[in-house]
Amino acid sequence: MSAPRLRATPLPGIGTQYDLETREHRHLSVVAHRDGTRTVNVYRSDDPDSCAQSLRLTGAEAGALIDALQPAHHSNSLLSPTDLGLVAERIEVGATSHWNGRLLGDTRMRTETGASIVAVLRRAEAIPSPTPAFRLAGGDTVIVVGTREGVDAAAAILGRE
Amino acid sequence: MHSAILLIEFGSLLLGLGLLGRLSARLGFSAIPLYLLAGLAFGEGGLLPLGASEEFIATGAEIGVILLLLMLGLEYTASDLVTNLKSHYPAGLVDFALNALPGAAMALLLGWGPVAAVVLAGVTWISSSGVIAKVLGELGRIGNRETPVILSVLVLEDLAMAVYLPIITAVLAGAGLAAGSVTLAIALGVAGIVLFAALRYGRVISRFVSSDDPEKLLLVVLGLTILVAGLAQQLQVSAAVGAFLVGIALSGEVAEGAHTLLSPLRDLFAAVFFVFFGLHTDPASIPPVLLPALGLAVVTALTKIATGYWAARRAGISVKGRWRTGGALVARGEFSIVIAGLAVTAGIEPSLGPLATAYVLILVILGPMTARYTEPLAMRWSRRFGRGGDTPGPVLPSKDTRAEAQVAD
Repeated sequence: MSAPRLRATPLPGIGTQYDLETREHRHLSVVAHRDGTRTVNVYRSDDPDSCAQSLRLTGAEAGALIDALQPAHHSNSLLSPTDLGLVAERIEVGATSHWNGRLLGDTRMRTETGASIVAVLRRAEAIPSPTPAFRLAGGDTVIVVGTREGVDAAAAILGRE
Repeated sequence: MHSAILLIEFGSLLLGLGLLGRLSARLGFSAIPLYLLAGLAFGEGGLLPLGASEEFIATGAEIGVILLLLMLGLEYTASDLVTNLKSHYPAGLVDFALNALPGAAMALLLGWGPVAAVVLAGVTWISSSGVIAKVLGELGRIGNRETPVILSVLVLEDLAMAVYLPIITAVLAGAGLAAGSVTLAIALGVAGIVLFAALRYGRVISRFVSSDDPEKLLLVVLGLTILVAGLAQQLQVSAAVGAFLVGIALSGEVAEGAHTLLSPLRDLFAAVFFVFFGLHTDPASIPPVLLPALGLAVVTALTKIATGYWAARRAGISVKGRWRTGGALVARGEFSIVIAGLAVTAGIEPSLGPLATAYVLILVILGPMTARYTEPLAMRWSRRFGRGGDTPGPVLPSKDTRAEAQVAD
Protein backbone atom coordinates (compact mmCIF):
# COMPACT_ATOMS: atom_id res chain seq x y z
CA MET A 1 0.00 0.00 0.00
CA SER A 2 1.56 3.28 -1.06
CA ALA A 3 1.24 6.37 1.07
CA PRO A 4 -2.14 8.04 0.63
CA ARG A 5 -2.07 10.97 -1.76
CA LEU A 6 -4.25 14.04 -1.62
CA ARG A 7 -5.29 15.33 -5.02
CA ALA A 8 -5.88 19.07 -5.15
CA THR A 9 -8.44 20.58 -7.53
CA PRO A 10 -8.88 24.35 -7.70
CA LEU A 11 -12.51 25.48 -7.48
CA PRO A 12 -12.42 29.01 -8.90
CA GLY A 13 -14.36 31.40 -6.76
CA ILE A 14 -14.80 28.88 -3.94
CA GLY A 15 -11.40 27.54 -2.91
CA THR A 16 -9.54 24.28 -3.31
CA GLN A 17 -10.76 20.72 -3.09
CA TYR A 18 -8.58 17.94 -1.70
CA ASP A 19 -9.58 14.37 -2.55
CA LEU A 20 -8.51 11.23 -0.77
CA GLU A 21 -9.18 7.63 -1.76
CA THR A 22 -9.08 5.46 1.37
CA ARG A 23 -7.71 1.95 1.52
CA GLU A 24 -11.28 0.66 1.62
CA HIS A 25 -11.91 2.46 -1.68
CA ARG A 26 -14.11 5.07 -0.14
CA HIS A 27 -13.79 8.57 -1.49
CA LEU A 28 -13.43 11.48 0.88
CA SER A 29 -12.86 15.12 0.09
CA VAL A 30 -12.27 18.37 1.92
CA VAL A 31 -13.07 21.71 0.34
CA ALA A 32 -10.97 24.54 1.73
CA HIS A 33 -13.08 27.66 1.32
CA ARG A 34 -11.34 30.96 1.01
CA ASP A 35 -13.00 32.35 4.11
CA GLY A 36 -11.25 29.72 6.25
CA THR A 37 -14.24 27.39 6.60
CA ARG A 38 -14.01 23.80 5.46
CA THR A 39 -16.50 21.37 3.96
CA VAL A 40 -15.93 17.68 4.57
CA ASN A 41 -17.62 15.45 1.99
CA VAL A 42 -18.29 11.74 2.04
CA TYR A 43 -19.49 10.23 -1.22
CA ARG A 44 -22.38 7.91 -1.95
CA SER A 45 -21.52 4.39 -2.90
CA ASP A 46 -24.28 4.20 -5.53
CA ASP A 47 -23.32 7.51 -7.17
CA PRO A 48 -19.63 8.21 -6.61
CA ASP A 49 -19.98 11.69 -8.14
CA SER A 50 -22.24 13.08 -5.45
CA CYS A 51 -21.96 13.61 -1.73
CA ALA A 52 -23.95 11.57 0.77
CA GLN A 53 -22.85 13.91 3.52
CA SER A 54 -21.45 17.39 3.33
CA LEU A 55 -20.44 19.00 6.60
CA ARG A 56 -19.54 22.67 6.87
CA LEU A 57 -16.96 23.37 9.58
CA THR A 58 -15.70 26.71 10.85
CA GLY A 59 -11.94 27.20 11.03
CA ALA A 60 -11.95 26.50 14.79
CA GLU A 61 -14.04 23.36 14.39
CA ALA A 62 -11.75 22.14 11.65
CA GLY A 63 -8.78 22.75 13.99
CA ALA A 64 -10.38 20.70 16.73
CA LEU A 65 -11.10 17.92 14.27
CA ILE A 66 -7.50 17.90 13.05
CA ASP A 67 -6.35 17.40 16.62
CA ALA A 68 -8.61 14.39 16.98
CA LEU A 69 -7.42 12.98 13.67
CA GLN A 70 -3.73 13.18 14.56
CA PRO A 71 -2.40 9.65 15.05
CA ALA A 72 -0.33 10.85 18.04
CA HIS A 73 -3.32 12.54 19.59
CA HIS A 74 -3.55 12.61 23.39
CA SER A 75 -6.43 14.95 24.21
CA ASN A 76 -5.20 18.50 24.71
CA SER A 77 -2.25 17.39 26.81
CA LEU A 78 0.80 19.60 26.68
CA LEU A 79 3.20 17.14 28.26
CA SER A 80 4.59 14.49 26.03
CA PRO A 81 3.30 11.15 27.22
CA THR A 82 5.51 10.18 30.16
CA ASP A 83 5.29 7.35 32.63
CA LEU A 84 4.78 9.82 35.45
CA GLY A 85 1.03 9.65 35.05
CA LEU A 86 0.88 13.43 34.86
CA VAL A 87 -1.00 15.40 32.27
CA ALA A 88 -1.14 19.11 31.53
CA GLU A 89 -4.15 20.55 29.81
CA ARG A 90 -5.48 23.86 28.56
CA ILE A 91 -8.95 24.49 29.95
CA GLU A 92 -11.00 27.42 28.71
CA VAL A 93 -13.03 29.63 31.01
CA GLY A 94 -16.12 30.53 29.00
CA ALA A 95 -17.73 33.96 28.97
CA THR A 96 -20.79 32.48 30.71
CA SER A 97 -18.67 30.61 33.25
CA HIS A 98 -19.48 30.76 36.94
CA TRP A 99 -15.86 31.83 37.50
CA ASN A 100 -15.93 34.82 35.16
CA GLY A 101 -14.76 37.65 37.43
CA ARG A 102 -14.26 35.45 40.50
CA LEU A 103 -11.02 34.79 42.38
CA LEU A 104 -8.86 31.82 41.58
CA GLY A 105 -8.79 30.96 45.31
CA ASP A 106 -12.56 30.48 45.27
CA THR A 107 -12.21 27.48 42.97
CA ARG A 108 -10.39 25.58 45.77
CA MET A 109 -8.81 23.74 42.90
CA ARG A 110 -5.80 22.18 44.61
CA THR A 111 -7.76 21.15 47.71
CA GLU A 112 -10.53 19.56 45.69
CA THR A 113 -8.58 17.94 42.88
CA GLY A 114 -4.89 17.90 43.71
CA ALA A 115 -4.21 19.54 40.35
CA SER A 116 -2.17 22.74 40.11
CA ILE A 117 -2.82 25.77 38.01
CA VAL A 118 0.57 26.67 36.59
CA ALA A 119 -0.38 29.52 34.32
CA VAL A 120 -3.26 31.48 32.87
CA LEU A 121 -3.20 32.58 29.23
CA ARG A 122 -5.06 35.81 28.64
CA ARG A 123 -5.18 37.17 25.08
CA ALA A 124 -1.54 37.47 24.07
CA GLU A 125 0.08 37.22 27.51
CA ALA A 126 0.69 34.39 29.93
CA ILE A 127 0.46 34.85 33.71
CA PRO A 128 2.72 32.24 35.34
CA SER A 129 1.89 30.80 38.80
CA PRO A 130 -1.22 32.89 39.48
CA THR A 131 -1.92 33.47 43.21
CA PRO A 132 -5.26 32.64 44.87
CA ALA A 133 -6.01 36.40 44.67
CA PHE A 134 -5.90 36.25 40.87
CA ARG A 135 -9.22 37.19 39.27
CA LEU A 136 -10.34 34.97 36.40
CA ALA A 137 -12.11 36.39 33.36
CA GLY A 138 -14.16 34.86 30.57
CA GLY A 139 -11.92 33.84 27.67
CA ASP A 140 -8.97 32.91 29.88
CA THR A 141 -7.20 29.66 29.20
CA VAL A 142 -6.04 27.94 32.37
CA ILE A 143 -3.14 25.50 32.24
CA VAL A 144 -3.65 22.71 34.74
CA VAL A 145 -1.14 20.01 35.69
CA GLY A 146 -2.10 16.92 37.65
CA THR A 147 -3.10 13.29 37.42
CA ARG A 148 -5.57 12.31 34.71
CA GLU A 149 -8.40 12.17 37.29
CA GLY A 150 -7.30 15.41 38.94
CA VAL A 151 -7.23 17.34 35.67
CA ASP A 152 -10.62 15.94 34.65
CA ALA A 153 -12.06 17.06 37.98
CA ALA A 154 -10.47 20.48 37.49
CA ALA A 155 -12.07 20.73 34.08
CA ALA A 156 -15.44 19.89 35.64
CA ILE A 157 -14.99 22.64 38.25
CA LEU A 158 -13.90 25.24 35.70
CA GLY A 159 -16.73 24.23 33.40
CA ARG A 160 -19.39 25.31 35.89
CA GLU A 161 -21.81 27.74 34.30
CA MET B 1 -34.30 70.80 3.47
CA HIS B 2 -33.49 68.85 0.33
CA SER B 3 -30.91 66.80 2.15
CA ALA B 4 -33.35 65.87 4.90
CA ILE B 5 -35.80 64.50 2.35
CA LEU B 6 -32.98 62.62 0.65
CA LEU B 7 -31.90 61.04 3.92
CA ILE B 8 -35.46 60.08 4.77
CA GLU B 9 -36.09 58.53 1.35
CA PHE B 10 -32.76 56.73 1.11
CA GLY B 11 -32.94 55.53 4.69
CA SER B 12 -36.42 54.09 4.27
CA LEU B 13 -35.34 52.47 1.04
CA LEU B 14 -32.36 50.72 2.68
CA LEU B 15 -34.44 49.73 5.68
CA GLY B 16 -37.06 48.28 3.37
CA LEU B 17 -34.38 46.36 1.46
CA GLY B 18 -32.98 44.99 4.69
CA LEU B 19 -36.37 43.71 5.76
CA LEU B 20 -36.95 42.23 2.30
CA GLY B 21 -33.55 40.54 2.51
CA ARG B 22 -34.56 38.95 5.80
CA LEU B 23 -37.79 37.76 4.26
CA SER B 24 -35.95 36.21 1.31
CA ALA B 25 -33.52 34.47 3.66
CA ARG B 26 -36.47 32.97 5.51
CA LEU B 27 -38.03 31.79 2.25
CA GLY B 28 -34.64 30.47 1.25
CA PHE B 29 -34.06 32.17 -2.07
CA SER B 30 -31.95 34.95 -3.48
CA ALA B 31 -32.87 38.51 -2.54
CA ILE B 32 -32.37 39.79 -6.09
CA PRO B 33 -35.98 39.32 -7.22
CA LEU B 34 -37.29 41.09 -4.15
CA TYR B 35 -34.99 44.06 -4.73
CA LEU B 36 -36.19 44.27 -8.31
CA LEU B 37 -39.79 44.15 -7.16
CA ALA B 38 -39.08 46.85 -4.60
CA GLY B 39 -37.69 49.04 -7.38
CA LEU B 40 -40.77 48.37 -9.48
CA ALA B 41 -42.99 49.37 -6.58
CA PHE B 42 -41.25 52.69 -6.03
CA GLY B 43 -40.52 53.79 -9.58
CA GLU B 44 -42.43 55.50 -12.30
CA GLY B 45 -45.99 54.25 -12.42
CA GLY B 46 -45.43 52.54 -9.08
CA LEU B 47 -46.91 53.21 -5.69
CA LEU B 48 -44.45 55.70 -4.27
CA PRO B 49 -42.30 57.62 -6.72
CA LEU B 50 -39.00 58.65 -5.15
CA GLY B 51 -38.02 62.20 -5.98
CA ALA B 52 -35.09 63.63 -4.11
CA SER B 53 -32.84 60.59 -3.96
CA GLU B 54 -33.20 59.57 -7.60
CA GLU B 55 -29.85 61.04 -8.63
CA PHE B 56 -28.08 59.65 -5.60
CA ILE B 57 -29.51 56.21 -6.30
CA ALA B 58 -28.37 56.45 -9.91
CA THR B 59 -24.77 57.06 -8.80
CA GLY B 60 -25.05 54.31 -6.22
CA ALA B 61 -26.27 51.96 -8.93
CA GLU B 62 -23.22 52.71 -11.07
CA ILE B 63 -20.93 51.99 -8.15
CA GLY B 64 -22.95 48.82 -7.58
CA VAL B 65 -22.17 47.54 -11.07
CA ILE B 66 -18.49 48.42 -10.64
CA LEU B 67 -18.31 46.58 -7.32
CA LEU B 68 -20.16 43.52 -8.65
CA LEU B 69 -17.61 43.18 -11.43
CA LEU B 70 -14.64 43.97 -9.19
CA MET B 71 -15.62 41.21 -6.78
CA LEU B 72 -16.10 38.85 -9.68
CA GLY B 73 -12.54 39.64 -10.78
CA LEU B 74 -11.23 39.15 -7.24
CA GLU B 75 -12.70 35.63 -7.20
CA TYR B 76 -10.32 34.54 -9.92
CA THR B 77 -6.65 34.77 -10.48
CA ALA B 78 -5.32 35.39 -13.96
CA SER B 79 -3.93 31.86 -14.06
CA ASP B 80 -7.39 30.46 -13.17
CA LEU B 81 -8.77 32.19 -16.23
CA VAL B 82 -6.02 31.13 -18.57
CA THR B 83 -6.03 27.46 -17.55
CA ASN B 84 -9.82 27.38 -17.79
CA LEU B 85 -9.78 28.97 -21.19
CA LYS B 86 -7.25 26.46 -22.43
CA SER B 87 -8.99 23.34 -21.24
CA HIS B 88 -12.69 24.20 -21.41
CA TYR B 89 -13.12 26.57 -24.32
CA PRO B 90 -15.38 24.13 -26.26
CA ALA B 91 -17.85 24.21 -23.37
CA GLY B 92 -17.74 27.99 -23.51
CA LEU B 93 -18.51 27.97 -27.23
CA VAL B 94 -21.41 25.54 -26.80
CA ASP B 95 -22.67 27.66 -23.93
CA PHE B 96 -22.62 30.73 -26.15
CA ALA B 97 -24.28 29.02 -29.11
CA LEU B 98 -27.06 27.42 -27.08
CA ASN B 99 -27.85 30.29 -24.75
CA ALA B 100 -26.92 33.59 -26.35
CA LEU B 101 -28.49 32.84 -29.72
CA PRO B 102 -32.05 32.20 -28.43
CA GLY B 103 -31.99 35.63 -26.79
CA ALA B 104 -30.85 37.27 -30.02
CA ALA B 105 -33.45 35.32 -31.99
CA MET B 106 -36.19 36.43 -29.62
CA ALA B 107 -35.25 40.10 -30.00
CA LEU B 108 -35.29 39.76 -33.79
CA LEU B 109 -38.63 37.91 -33.66
CA LEU B 110 -40.12 40.76 -31.65
CA GLY B 111 -38.78 43.12 -34.30
CA TRP B 112 -36.49 45.05 -31.95
CA GLY B 113 -33.56 45.22 -34.32
CA PRO B 114 -29.94 44.06 -34.12
CA VAL B 115 -28.82 46.28 -31.21
CA ALA B 116 -31.47 44.87 -28.89
CA ALA B 117 -30.59 41.41 -30.18
CA VAL B 118 -26.98 41.80 -29.02
CA VAL B 119 -28.19 42.93 -25.60
CA LEU B 120 -30.77 40.20 -25.11
CA ALA B 121 -28.21 37.61 -26.19
CA GLY B 122 -26.11 38.64 -23.20
CA VAL B 123 -29.09 38.58 -20.87
CA THR B 124 -29.91 34.96 -21.69
CA TRP B 125 -26.28 33.87 -21.97
CA ILE B 126 -24.67 34.66 -18.62
CA SER B 127 -25.62 32.50 -15.64
CA SER B 128 -25.57 33.95 -12.16
CA SER B 129 -22.40 32.77 -10.42
CA GLY B 130 -23.64 34.27 -7.14
CA VAL B 131 -26.92 32.37 -7.06
CA ILE B 132 -25.35 29.15 -8.32
CA ALA B 133 -22.50 29.11 -5.80
CA LYS B 134 -25.04 29.64 -3.01
CA VAL B 135 -27.33 26.87 -4.27
CA LEU B 136 -24.43 24.40 -4.59
CA GLY B 137 -23.48 25.12 -1.01
CA GLU B 138 -27.02 24.67 0.26
CA LEU B 139 -27.52 21.39 -1.58
CA GLY B 140 -24.22 20.08 -0.19
CA ARG B 141 -22.78 19.65 -3.67
CA ILE B 142 -19.61 21.69 -3.31
CA GLY B 143 -17.61 18.48 -3.18
CA ASN B 144 -19.37 16.78 -6.08
CA ARG B 145 -17.31 15.73 -9.04
CA GLU B 146 -19.34 17.84 -11.45
CA THR B 147 -18.81 21.07 -9.48
CA PRO B 148 -15.50 21.98 -11.19
CA VAL B 149 -17.32 21.66 -14.52
CA ILE B 150 -20.08 24.03 -13.38
CA LEU B 151 -17.50 26.49 -12.12
CA SER B 152 -15.46 26.32 -15.31
CA VAL B 153 -18.52 27.25 -17.37
CA LEU B 154 -19.15 30.19 -15.04
CA VAL B 155 -15.51 31.31 -15.26
CA LEU B 156 -15.63 31.23 -19.04
CA GLU B 157 -18.82 33.28 -19.06
CA ASP B 158 -17.26 35.84 -16.78
CA LEU B 159 -14.21 36.01 -18.99
CA ALA B 160 -16.46 36.37 -22.01
CA MET B 161 -18.09 39.34 -20.30
CA ALA B 162 -14.76 41.16 -20.52
CA VAL B 163 -15.03 40.89 -24.31
CA TYR B 164 -18.79 41.22 -24.58
CA LEU B 165 -19.31 44.34 -22.45
CA PRO B 166 -17.05 46.56 -24.60
CA ILE B 167 -18.85 45.29 -27.71
CA ILE B 168 -22.20 46.14 -26.22
CA THR B 169 -20.99 49.54 -25.04
CA ALA B 170 -19.84 50.32 -28.57
CA VAL B 171 -23.05 49.02 -30.13
CA LEU B 172 -25.23 50.98 -27.74
CA ALA B 173 -23.24 54.15 -28.33
CA GLY B 174 -24.34 53.77 -31.92
CA ALA B 175 -20.79 53.52 -33.09
CA GLY B 176 -20.40 52.53 -36.72
CA LEU B 177 -18.46 49.49 -37.76
CA ALA B 178 -15.16 51.37 -37.98
CA ALA B 179 -15.47 53.21 -34.67
CA GLY B 180 -16.86 50.10 -33.06
CA SER B 181 -13.96 48.00 -34.21
CA VAL B 182 -11.49 50.57 -32.86
CA THR B 183 -13.27 50.52 -29.49
CA LEU B 184 -13.26 46.76 -29.46
CA ALA B 185 -9.60 46.63 -30.42
CA ILE B 186 -8.78 49.01 -27.56
CA ALA B 187 -10.87 46.98 -25.14
CA LEU B 188 -9.32 43.67 -26.14
CA GLY B 189 -5.86 45.22 -26.12
CA VAL B 190 -6.37 46.58 -22.63
CA ALA B 191 -7.84 43.31 -21.40
CA GLY B 192 -4.94 41.41 -22.91
CA ILE B 193 -2.36 43.74 -21.39
CA VAL B 194 -4.00 43.52 -17.98
CA LEU B 195 -4.19 39.74 -18.12
CA PHE B 196 -0.56 39.53 -19.19
CA ALA B 197 0.53 42.02 -16.54
CA ALA B 198 -1.47 40.18 -13.89
CA LEU B 199 0.16 36.90 -14.85
CA ARG B 200 3.65 38.35 -14.92
CA TYR B 201 3.57 41.14 -12.37
CA GLY B 202 0.52 40.31 -10.25
CA ARG B 203 2.65 40.32 -7.14
CA VAL B 204 4.10 43.75 -7.88
CA ILE B 205 0.65 45.22 -8.43
CA SER B 206 -0.62 43.58 -5.30
CA ARG B 207 2.35 44.84 -3.33
CA PHE B 208 1.63 48.38 -4.48
CA VAL B 209 -1.94 48.09 -3.25
CA SER B 210 -1.18 46.02 -0.18
CA SER B 211 -1.57 47.56 3.22
CA ASP B 212 -1.79 46.08 6.69
CA ASP B 213 -4.35 48.64 7.69
CA PRO B 214 -7.84 47.69 6.48
CA GLU B 215 -8.91 51.30 6.17
CA LYS B 216 -6.11 52.20 3.78
CA LEU B 217 -6.52 49.00 1.81
CA LEU B 218 -10.20 49.75 1.37
CA LEU B 219 -9.53 53.27 0.16
CA VAL B 220 -6.73 52.26 -2.19
CA VAL B 221 -8.62 49.35 -3.77
CA LEU B 222 -11.87 51.27 -4.06
CA GLY B 223 -10.14 54.37 -5.39
CA LEU B 224 -8.09 52.44 -7.91
CA THR B 225 -11.13 50.50 -9.10
CA ILE B 226 -13.38 53.50 -9.55
CA LEU B 227 -10.57 55.44 -11.24
CA VAL B 228 -9.84 52.63 -13.70
CA ALA B 229 -13.57 52.14 -14.28
CA GLY B 230 -13.90 55.84 -15.08
CA LEU B 231 -10.94 55.74 -17.47
CA ALA B 232 -12.37 52.66 -19.16
CA GLN B 233 -15.69 54.44 -19.56
CA GLN B 234 -13.84 57.41 -21.05
CA LEU B 235 -12.18 55.10 -23.58
CA GLN B 236 -15.67 53.81 -24.47
CA VAL B 237 -14.69 50.41 -23.11
CA SER B 238 -17.22 50.09 -20.27
CA ALA B 239 -16.68 50.88 -16.62
CA ALA B 240 -17.65 47.36 -15.61
CA VAL B 241 -14.85 45.80 -17.62
CA GLY B 242 -12.31 48.18 -16.09
CA ALA B 243 -13.44 47.11 -12.64
CA PHE B 244 -13.34 43.43 -13.59
CA LEU B 245 -9.77 43.76 -14.84
CA VAL B 246 -8.67 45.47 -11.63
CA GLY B 247 -10.14 42.52 -9.77
CA ILE B 248 -8.18 40.10 -11.95
CA ALA B 249 -4.94 42.02 -11.51
CA LEU B 250 -5.13 41.88 -7.71
CA SER B 251 -4.13 38.54 -6.32
CA GLY B 252 -3.13 36.66 -3.21
CA GLU B 253 -3.49 38.29 0.17
CA VAL B 254 -4.59 41.62 -1.20
CA ALA B 255 -7.44 39.97 -3.06
CA GLU B 256 -8.46 38.10 0.08
CA GLY B 257 -8.36 41.23 2.19
CA ALA B 258 -10.16 43.34 -0.37
CA HIS B 259 -12.77 40.63 -0.74
CA THR B 260 -13.55 40.64 2.96
CA LEU B 261 -13.60 44.43 3.15
CA LEU B 262 -15.64 45.08 0.06
CA SER B 263 -18.27 42.37 0.44
CA PRO B 264 -20.58 44.49 2.60
CA LEU B 265 -20.11 47.47 0.29
CA ARG B 266 -20.88 45.32 -2.72
CA ASP B 267 -24.04 44.01 -1.06
CA LEU B 268 -25.19 47.55 -0.29
CA PHE B 269 -24.55 49.07 -3.70
CA ALA B 270 -25.64 46.02 -5.66
CA ALA B 271 -28.97 46.15 -3.82
CA VAL B 272 -29.20 49.83 -4.74
CA PHE B 273 -28.46 48.89 -8.35
CA PHE B 274 -31.26 46.31 -8.53
CA VAL B 275 -33.67 48.82 -7.05
CA PHE B 276 -32.51 51.43 -9.53
CA PHE B 277 -33.15 49.03 -12.38
CA GLY B 278 -36.64 48.38 -11.05
CA LEU B 279 -37.22 52.10 -10.65
CA HIS B 280 -36.68 52.60 -14.34
CA THR B 281 -39.11 49.91 -15.29
CA ASP B 282 -42.77 50.78 -15.36
CA PRO B 283 -44.74 47.91 -13.78
CA ALA B 284 -47.48 48.45 -16.35
CA SER B 285 -45.02 47.52 -19.11
CA ILE B 286 -44.39 44.03 -17.74
CA PRO B 287 -47.68 42.17 -18.49
CA PRO B 288 -47.36 42.65 -22.28
CA VAL B 289 -43.87 41.05 -22.30
CA LEU B 290 -44.71 38.34 -19.79
CA LEU B 291 -45.44 35.71 -22.42
CA PRO B 292 -42.22 36.22 -24.43
CA ALA B 293 -40.27 36.30 -21.16
CA LEU B 294 -41.82 33.03 -20.04
CA GLY B 295 -41.16 31.39 -23.40
CA LEU B 296 -37.59 32.63 -23.39
CA ALA B 297 -37.11 31.44 -19.82
CA VAL B 298 -38.34 27.93 -20.63
CA VAL B 299 -36.26 27.66 -23.79
CA THR B 300 -33.06 28.98 -22.23
CA ALA B 301 -33.55 26.86 -19.12
CA LEU B 302 -33.60 23.80 -21.38
CA THR B 303 -30.61 25.01 -23.40
CA LYS B 304 -28.61 25.61 -20.21
CA ILE B 305 -29.43 22.11 -19.04
CA ALA B 306 -28.23 20.83 -22.42
CA THR B 307 -25.06 22.93 -22.11
CA GLY B 308 -24.30 21.54 -18.69
CA TYR B 309 -25.03 18.00 -19.78
CA TRP B 310 -22.69 18.36 -22.72
CA ALA B 311 -19.90 20.00 -20.72
CA ALA B 312 -20.10 17.35 -18.01
CA ARG B 313 -20.11 14.53 -20.54
CA ARG B 314 -17.00 16.02 -22.07
CA ALA B 315 -15.36 16.00 -18.64
CA GLY B 316 -16.24 12.34 -18.15
CA ILE B 317 -18.92 12.77 -15.49
CA SER B 318 -21.57 10.04 -15.07
CA VAL B 319 -25.10 10.55 -16.38
CA LYS B 320 -26.56 11.66 -13.05
CA GLY B 321 -23.84 14.24 -12.63
CA ARG B 322 -24.47 15.52 -16.15
CA TRP B 323 -28.10 16.27 -15.35
CA ARG B 324 -27.06 17.91 -12.08
CA THR B 325 -24.58 20.12 -13.95
CA GLY B 326 -27.27 21.22 -16.38
CA GLY B 327 -29.83 21.91 -13.69
CA ALA B 328 -27.38 23.93 -11.63
CA LEU B 329 -26.52 26.29 -14.47
CA VAL B 330 -30.06 27.51 -15.16
CA ALA B 331 -30.20 30.48 -12.78
CA ARG B 332 -29.66 33.88 -14.35
CA GLY B 333 -29.33 36.91 -12.15
CA GLU B 334 -27.20 39.91 -11.43
CA PHE B 335 -25.25 40.01 -14.69
CA SER B 336 -28.30 39.72 -16.89
CA ILE B 337 -29.60 42.78 -15.10
CA VAL B 338 -26.23 44.55 -15.45
CA ILE B 339 -26.34 43.96 -19.20
CA ALA B 340 -29.97 45.01 -19.52
CA GLY B 341 -29.20 48.03 -17.35
CA LEU B 342 -26.66 49.27 -19.89
CA ALA B 343 -29.35 49.10 -22.57
CA VAL B 344 -31.93 50.82 -20.39
CA THR B 345 -29.60 53.74 -19.66
CA ALA B 346 -28.78 53.99 -23.36
CA GLY B 347 -32.51 54.19 -24.02
CA ILE B 348 -32.96 51.66 -26.80
CA GLU B 349 -36.05 49.42 -27.12
CA PRO B 350 -38.36 50.42 -24.21
CA SER B 351 -39.74 46.90 -23.72
CA LEU B 352 -36.26 45.41 -23.24
CA GLY B 353 -35.97 46.40 -19.58
CA PRO B 354 -39.34 44.93 -18.60
CA LEU B 355 -38.62 41.75 -20.56
CA ALA B 356 -35.24 41.32 -18.87
CA THR B 357 -36.79 42.00 -15.47
CA ALA B 358 -39.53 39.41 -15.98
CA TYR B 359 -37.02 36.95 -17.42
CA VAL B 360 -34.62 37.24 -14.50
CA LEU B 361 -37.45 37.12 -11.97
CA ILE B 362 -38.60 33.84 -13.47
CA LEU B 363 -35.17 32.23 -13.72
CA VAL B 364 -33.74 33.40 -10.43
CA ILE B 365 -36.62 31.58 -8.75
CA LEU B 366 -36.68 28.63 -11.15
CA GLY B 367 -32.89 28.15 -11.15
CA PRO B 368 -32.52 26.75 -7.63
CA MET B 369 -35.42 24.37 -8.34
CA THR B 370 -33.92 23.02 -11.56
CA ALA B 371 -30.61 22.63 -9.72
CA ARG B 372 -32.37 20.36 -7.28
CA TYR B 373 -34.87 18.41 -9.35
CA THR B 374 -33.39 18.03 -12.84
CA GLU B 375 -31.41 14.92 -11.97
CA PRO B 376 -34.13 12.95 -10.15
CA LEU B 377 -36.71 13.82 -12.82
CA ALA B 378 -34.37 12.90 -15.66
CA MET B 379 -33.55 9.63 -13.93
CA ARG B 380 -37.24 8.77 -13.50
CA TRP B 381 -37.91 9.53 -17.14
CA SER B 382 -35.06 7.47 -18.44
CA ARG B 383 -36.15 4.56 -16.25
CA ARG B 384 -39.71 4.84 -17.51
CA PHE B 385 -39.04 5.38 -21.21
CA GLY B 386 -35.44 4.54 -21.76
CA ARG B 387 -34.51 1.07 -20.64
CA GLY B 388 -38.20 0.23 -20.04
CA GLY B 389 -39.17 -2.95 -18.25
CA ASP B 390 -39.47 -2.54 -14.53
CA THR B 391 -40.82 0.77 -13.29
CA PRO B 392 -39.73 1.36 -9.73
CA GLY B 393 -41.78 3.37 -7.30
CA PRO B 394 -41.59 7.15 -7.38
CA VAL B 395 -38.30 8.62 -6.30
CA LEU B 396 -38.64 11.30 -3.69
CA PRO B 397 -36.15 13.94 -4.76
CA SER B 398 -36.20 15.84 -1.48
CA LYS B 399 -35.20 12.85 0.61
CA ASP B 400 -31.60 12.15 -0.03
CA THR B 401 -31.30 8.43 0.50
CA ARG B 402 -28.40 7.73 2.76
CA ALA B 403 -25.75 5.78 0.97
CA GLU B 404 -25.12 2.47 2.56
CA ALA B 405 -21.75 2.29 4.19
CA GLN B 406 -20.78 -0.91 2.52
CA VAL B 407 -18.46 -1.11 -0.39
CA ALA B 408 -18.31 -3.75 -3.03
CA ASP B 409 -14.74 -4.89 -3.13
